[in-house]
Amino acid sequence: MADIKYDKTGNCGSFGLNRRREILLIILSGVVFLSGVCLWGLLMDPSLYAPDYEARRLAPSLSHLFGTDSLGRDMFYRTVCGLSTSIQIGLLSALISSVIALVLGSMSAVFGGRVDTAVGFMVDLCMGVPHLILLILISIAVGGGAAGVITGVAVTHWPNLTRVIRAEVLQIRSAQYVQIARKLGKSNWHIAAKHIVPHVFPQYLVGLILLFPHAILHEAAITFLGYGLPLDTPAVGVILAESMKHLAAGMWWLAFFPGLALLFMTQLFDIVGDYLKILIDPHSARQ
Amino acid sequence: MAILEVKHVDFRYGSGPWILKDISFSAEEGERVAILGPSGYGKSTLAKVIAGYLQPQGGEVLWEGKPLPPSGFCPIQLIYQHPEKALNPRWKMKDSLEEAGVPSQEVLTEMGIQEKWYERWPNELSGGELQRFCVARVLKPETRLLICDEMTTMLDAINQAHIWNFVLSYAEKHNMTLLAITHNQYLADQVATRVLRIPELNHIQVDRSEL
Repeated sequence: MADIKYDKTGNCGSFGLNRRREILLIILSGVVFLSGVCLWGLLMDPSLYAPDYEARRLAPSLSHLFGTDSLGRDMFYRTVCGLSTSIQIGLLSALISSVIALVLGSMSAVFGGRVDTAVGFMVDLCMGVPHLILLILISIAVGGGAAGVITGVAVTHWPNLTRVIRAEVLQIRSAQYVQIARKLGKSNWHIAAKHIVPHVFPQYLVGLILLFPHAILHEAAITFLGYGLPLDTPAVGVILAESMKHLAAGMWWLAFFPGLALLFMTQLFDIVGDYLKILIDPHSARQ
Repeated sequence: MAILEVKHVDFRYGSGPWILKDISFSAEEGERVAILGPSGYGKSTLAKVIAGYLQPQGGEVLWEGKPLPPSGFCPIQLIYQHPEKALNPRWKMKDSLEEAGVPSQEVLTEMGIQEKWYERWPNELSGGELQRFCVARVLKPETRLLICDEMTTMLDAINQAHIWNFVLSYAEKHNMTLLAITHNQYLADQVATRVLRIPELNHIQVDRSEL
């Protein structure tokens, strides 16, 4: 038999951490980083990315990490501020979206019949239309700007999570231990609070976190196309749209770093969500 | 007067084939009835219909002359064959055991439930240990009829004897009616005062070519 070396705590992973602690550490550092960026952008002094005509079109250097644009604005601070805006908008719209999913998914599973059919129809309708077109239409209809983006993203991202929650609620409602609880004289409220919510909540949480990257990317996409946030806000979509004009002039850093930062951030959300899933539901993660 | 009356019960799942057809029998208070039959004759379905988990499409189940109360602690309790499905995997054993109130000390001691199991999760105990919790959970004064649907089939002989011995003595002491559902002739003869054979009870047309 192979000899596995365990240390005193029975751990065999790297750095003396067991798998669970390793995952916790990854999740925690991801969350700390993301909330750090969000807070940094919120509290940042706008003069840091104000126009400075002495320092226009500078390539990346130690004093301007991501370079400067044609108005002499520091791209690093602008990017951080833009990411912060994206996180805030993503947070709000993902939250609204997931609440819609929670309500519709539970209703669909609990009431069944016509309610189920109606919700199913709405899910199909929403998934049948290309996301981006629906998003742009809603965003314009609401009047554009941050409110338009948030509404647009919020009301188009619920279908997947609705399906997951519907399936989970259906499954646990028919579980033997739930039916037994009913026969033991437990009220619907007791069953919902003690059996159903603890079962559905982890799935909901993971779904919510995995909604973030979608929400953020879609926010950036419609802002890039000019239907989203106004031009004077420091947003990644605005930055990328502006950089288009200057790419031909060789100012590659205008698009490269903000684009990379956006990618990195959405990946980080994905990683946090995936690891959270492993932590909460190790069985499904190994399938 | 019979405490449990099953009158002309018909049942099928959805629009599938009939599982139960025109089943009628009754049980007196304190009686121990066994329902004996091979697999696929609707024994478990009958158990669920009597306990109120399923609504029959035809006929009725009467408890003390009335239909079962829709809410509150049900006087008819059913113990399933698979204890691991009957316990919430996210709950510690203590919470599941005491979901409907703390069982009496007599039940806990006699069922051999150890306190060190209370803080464990269901996947940390064996099938026999889990089934003890499931049985102890429903052995309450409010339970007047206990349906044991293959209660001990998945347990070894020692656990089987242990659980059955206690359930029988408890039923005797508290005048609880017992309905044992099994495919085991010897078990039925051992525990019941009256044995009903489901092939004679159930008037379905079974396609015997496949048996």
